[in-house]
Amino acid sequence: MNTLSILAASVLVLGAAPSLATAAGAHGQHAMDAAGAQSESGASPMKQAAAPAAMPMGAMDHGDMNMQGGSAPADARDPHAYSGGYTLDSGKYALAGPRQLRLADEHSFGTLLVDRLERVDTRDATSTAFDAQAWFGRDYDRLVVKAEGDYANGRLEEARTELLWGHAIASYWDAQLGLRYDTGEGPDRSWLAFGIQGLAPYWFELDATAYVGNEGRSALRVEAEYELPITQRLVLQPRGEINVYGKKDEANGMGSGLTDATFGLRLRYEVSRQFAPYIGVEWNNKFGQTADLARAEGASTRETRWVAGLRFWF
Amino acid sequence: MQARFSPIGTPVTLNRRRFVQGLAAGGVLAGLPGLLHAAADRAPGTVTGAAPVLRGTEIDLVVAESPVNFTGNPRMATTINGSIPAPTLRLREGDTVTIRVTNRLREATSIHWHGIILPYQMDGVPGISFAGIAPGETFTYRFKLEQTGTYWYHSHSGMQELTGMYGALIVESREGEPVRADRDYVVQLSDWTDEAPMQVFAKLKTQSDYYNYNQPTVADFFRDASTDGLKSAIDKRKMWNEMRMSPTDLADLSGATLTFLMNGTTPAGNWTGLFRRGERVRLRFINGAGNSFYDVRIPGLKMTVIQSDGVDVEPVTVDEFRFGPGETYDVLVEPKDDAYTLFAQAMDRSGYARGTLAVQPGLTVSVPALDKVEWLTMADMMGAMGGMAGMDHSAMAGGMKDMNHAAMPMQHNMPGMNHGAMAMDHSQHAMAENPLDKASQTVRHARTEYGPSTDMRVDMPRTNLDDPGIGLRNNGRRVLTLADLSTVGGPIDPRGAEREIELHLTGNMERYAWSLDGLEFGQSTPVHLRYGERVRVILHNDTMMTHPMHLHGMWSELETADGAFQARRHTIPVQPAQRISFLVTADALGRWAWHCHLMFHMDAGMFRQVVVS
Repeated sequence: MNTLSILAASVLVLGAAPSLATAAGAHGQHAMDAAGAQSESGASPMKQAAAPAAMPMGAMDHGDMNMQGGSAPADARDPHAYSGGYTLDSGKYALAGPRQLRLADEHSFGTLLVDRLERVDTRDATSTAFDAQAWFGRDYDRLVVKAEGDYANGRLEEARTELLWGHAIASYWDAQLGLRYDTGEGPDRSWLAFGIQGLAPYWFELDATAYVGNEGRSALRVEAEYELPITQRLVLQPRGEINVYGKKDEANGMGSGLTDATFGLRLRYEVSRQFAPYIGVEWNNKFGQTADLARAEGASTRETRWVAGLRFWF
Repeated sequence: MQARFSPIGTPVTLNRRRFVQGLAAGGVLAGLPGLLHAAADRAPGTVTGAAPVLRGTEIDLVVAESPVNFTGNPRMATTINGSIPAPTLRLREGDTVTIRVTNRLREATSIHWHGIILPYQMDGVPGISFAGIAPGETFTYRFKLEQTGTYWYHSHSGMQELTGMYGALIVESREGEPVRADRDYVVQLSDWTDEAPMQVFAKLKTQSDYYNYNQPTVADFFRDASTDGLKSAIDKRKMWNEMRMSPTDLADLSGATLTFLMNGTTPAGNWTGLFRRGERVRLRFINGAGNSFYDVRIPGLKMTVIQSDGVDVEPVTVDEFRFGPGETYDVLVEPKDDAYTLFAQAMDRSGYARGTLAVQPGLTVSVPALDKVEWLTMADMMGAMGGMAGMDHSAMAGGMKDMNHAAMPMQHNMPGMNHGAMAMDHSQHAMAENPLDKASQTVRHARTEYGPSTDMRVDMPRTNLDDPGIGLRNNGRRVLTLADLSTVGGPIDPRGAEREIELHLTGNMERYAWSLDGLEFGQSTPVHLRYGERVRVILHNDTMMTHPMHLHGMWSELETADGAFQARRHTIPVQPAQRISFLVTADALGRWAWHCHLMFHMDAGMFRQVVVS
């Protein structure tokens, strides 16, 4: 697989974001007909709103309305139409000086989520893995830091750190742009990163990022999580991840093409929303050239990992 | 930092119970003089329970920090004259009052006189009416009272209202009180959190369902599947999950962080109002909560509602009413037994505020169980569409077939939906002489509602006012609705609307962003009203929560979908997927605030400035 096809695949995956965003609202034409019948004016603005892109998922087979996503029709109402030219800090009766009233929409918030901090046991070895994400900023623009990696035998085996600008592009989706830096046992690598992160219909948390490195390297990483509450505090979290590389990176044990896929199940107990111990199991499979490289080193190409750890945020 | 949740293995119930119930008083009521008792006057420094009453035309209020302890954890509150609730101000119609407010906090403060008609400079919104009251400063409010009734006052700075700054304000008629009552009690409901409010906010920004412990679970699913069948259980969840919305998102905060207070008293503290048998008791209910809608009832007693938002209404007798932050209801009761429980359960059923009416201190009767949590219905999500399944409308026939399986599982508890938008069709032609006779039903979403700031839009809102709302429908009790309210004497201004303003209540629950027309306050421009004009405001709720919308400075005259006058209000609750309209006479020059009275929605940006010029 070459860089071009990787990028094409990335575009496909990333391109799904807006589709996913509109998916929930891309149908239910009869509802719009009803609205049209109700409206006195034949030119219902809702009719235009009811024509988003083709249904991408095929999953929505029943009659909800165009309630989410989409783009504004040409005659959508101007939210400033009632202002009469006034602004918050100018015009008659405005207090002197710059605007004093600033609400939380103009304040920054932030959080650090350690999604996984776990002890990993395989048949051959034990290690410690971490996966954290922090953000700081406002609702629609924020600084995002992602870090994932593992330690074994007191050494950092591999780590991926990303510094991104996240920008809201749809109700449930942020686009992210920034840098990724890999370090560990093999040579360090730097990448430009572009991805999307958000919530797909049916509450799937998705994080898909494409990377372009030097020397013609490229990569794609897709991660999905789901939260299944068994009770109000006991949560089963399935999690999947695949990695694709556009160019062989032998020093780091990566072939080109699909390198590996991971699927895990973690069961956590939320002592509080912010503090939850868990146990779980994870299966990892290496594919193609990557599997060949692993075999050449005498390592296994498929692994069952037992994990126990903590999920916490503040 | 948070001692709320016990670690695994320790008895959760004990701590949990104390947290929700609050600390109890020592049962020392019997010896106390007076008719109104502080049942839990245990917090040194802060008086809770019986608010002192201040009268006259010159009043001094001091804002300061003072210690409280509602849950076993000592905390600092922001208080007015050291009491929660703040002193009850009993003022007289026609008087010009001078109220000096001194700030002894380390941050700026303010006081807003909720529902009082006054010059905008006296309205007390920092950054709009005035600069606020700096630490150490005294601000003198002076205004003439041109109205009567039950109102309240509270801080309009930051989250100070949630941390204790609220009190009753009663304006007595110059001609004497027209309603005869032997006892007259203020029953002010509020909520308290031991957490710092901005920390609560930060948590909601990170995880908006943080405090919701009534989320649909796998266990619920299997229970539904075994009772109603697998298909039904799947259908019930399909649309919610597809849309990434929660059917139990009824309140952003819950009993997981809130302690529900009645007159500053915890449920265990049991605020008590005394009466003698045969007496007529007036209860002035004020919702001064930061976050909580309350469903209020007095088991065994009918309540006759005589006033809403300070304005007299034609008496209507009910078993129960719901009200949100900012709203007030005055009711008359005629108790015959020795004791009754005043029961105010939070809308999300995560707890309750409670007190007692009794012939002597210390008497109690049983406290009802909380009602079970109901899922929001299709009507709450999709407005008129959600309730249409039973309607006989030929134009709908084609669509209904497809709708059915989505709507079926939810339609069983939907009263009054046939008054929705669809039913109006037939009368529309006859009424067409003046298009402004009644509110436009053409839904016009703002172009800023199609981006990340919103998570849904309602194309077919419901317009009926006779829905008591989620959790109260068909509960076997007579529940007050907006349709029951009829202001005595009709509208304040006989003119019809000269134009319409349509604003949509919007939000994105996942991001915990709240706005109007998809624009938070910081990106908004004011709504301009021409001085003297009579304007219709249409509030269209594109969210699944109820928002109590408070317009400062001018009355909101609620009308039906047919354009008939209903009631004069200062705070109008708009239910999910509901489209409601009211008329405003723009007779108050200046700049005013207009916002959702749920504190975190307001502060998130569900807030507009209004300019009258």
